[in-house]
Amino acid sequence: MNLFSLFITSFIVNNIIFSQFLGICPFLGVSKKIETAAGMGIAVIFVIVLSSIITYIVQAAILVPLGLEYLQTIVFILIIAALVQFVEMFLKKSSPGLYKALGIYLPLITTNCAVLGAVLINIQNEYNFIEALVNSIATPAGFLLAIVLFAGVREKVDTADVPVALKGSPIALIAAGLMSIAFLGFSGLQI
Amino acid sequence: MIIISAVGVLGGIGIICGVLLAIASKLFHVDVDQKIIDVRNALPGANCGGCGFPGCDGLAAAIAEGNAPVNACPVSNQEGYEKIAAIMGVTAQVGEKQVAKVMCKGCDSLATKKYDYEGFTDCKAAAAVAGGNKSCDKGCLGFGTCVNACAFDAIIIEDGIAKIDRDKCTSCGKCIEVCPKAVIEFVPYSQDVIVECHNKDFGKAVKEICKVGCIACKICEKNCAFDAIHVENNIAKIDYDKCTQCMVCTEKCPTRAISGDLKKRKKAVIIEDKCIGCTICAKKCPTNAIEGELKKVHKVDAAKCIGCGVCASKCPKKAIEM
Repeated sequence: MNLFSLFITSFIVNNIIFSQFLGICPFLGVSKKIETAAGMGIAVIFVIVLSSIITYIVQAAILVPLGLEYLQTIVFILIIAALVQFVEMFLKKSSPGLYKALGIYLPLITTNCAVLGAVLINIQNEYNFIEALVNSIATPAGFLLAIVLFAGVREKVDTADVPVALKGSPIALIAAGLMSIAFLGFSGLQI
Repeated sequence: MIIISAVGVLGGIGIICGVLLAIASKLFHVDVDQKIIDVRNALPGANCGGCGFPGCDGLAAAIAEGNAPVNACPVSNQEGYEKIAAIMGVTAQVGEKQVAKVMCKGCDSLATKKYDYEGFTDCKAAAAVAGGNKSCDKGCLGFGTCVNACAFDAIIIEDGIAKIDRDKCTSCGKCIEVCPKAVIEFVPYSQDVIVECHNKDFGKAVKEICKVGCIACKICEKNCAFDAIHVENNIAKIDYDKCTQCMVCTEKCPTRAISGDLKKRKKAVIIEDKCIGCTICAKKCPTNAIEGELKKVHKVDAAKCIGCGVCASKCPKKAIEM
């Protein structure tokens, strides 16, 4: 598969949030301000790229030779959780600036389904290493796009005159639904 | 065989991850400022967010960096502030603790009702129906929305109105936020003399709907010796800085809208050994309760004394105790 079309497919057409409905929890939870939404999005890119590299190696080097592909889910969860912890500690020591920017978001994505989803998709679609890498950059980039757009919408909604019964989460969910429908427009896109 | 390899792989990865994390936590250990840890330990740990920082950890970091005062925690007490002040090496400048108070005495037997409300037992729901079932549109509805909001069990509903236990109140302000009638206010912890009414109508209009409402008669204002109570917008307001809690207004209020326990009223007592007979106290006493000639020990007439404490604060020899 053409790497560019793979990127666009994962980035927009099969957007992790609006088409696959993974990672909805941080999408709704950390989208009140554009600034924090962007922080969350970048942390997700960071974690997904790292974890898909590690899980790809584990899959290829350990699980496949031993015929233990069915352990994927549990092994990947274990690895992702440990990896995020490790990265958090490493950043705290080596790069306090980056830690301050990402630090509070990292633990939030430890067990996020978007991360697990992205690495499992890599395996399911039988991507080679380069393809997996592209997919694991494009997928969280789609997450970043979605969460920043949504945060922008929510910031506008905050100042709008919303009926009392819809204030807060209800209007946020309606906005998310409308954005999801808008993204459906990309579904026929062929590159 | 396959089960053994499965257990081995999973267990192996688990152990490797665990060991790596343990090593990493030692290797990448970052020394956190001991001050932050100490301050964190001195905070109550309720994580209520009442201070405006994200939880107790956030406040501890802010205090340690000097971005928040040592008494920024509304939940902690004097003891806690002193502990934090000691850690920070400053003296605690502690304002008096503020507690939430329901400014309404209109319990079921004293205040009339507009209609029988039979909906949800929630003040907001009741307030949505013609402003609630109490005839007074400023009164406490008593359906307990504040009780549910209070995380510290400080509020109970008694006879149709909310009562706040000031010892349990942490002044987090949650009840004030949720009350649809805005009937809850912060008052100083030691303040007993409070105008427990928010109704801004005059005279008869108040009397018809509530027996303990402020009718704006201004009797309190005329009787206050300290210029501490004023009727504005048909409601008496106490300036807590000026109020000496002498309870004259409590006594004089015709509708008993001003609270205060007369049994707790203090009395001035002159310590005879210390009194030099300067007559300052006698001159300052608003009720002329102190008698005595120059250079002779003075006497307090307990029947006249209202316990305002002016004499004690003015006595140059500290010869008067309350």
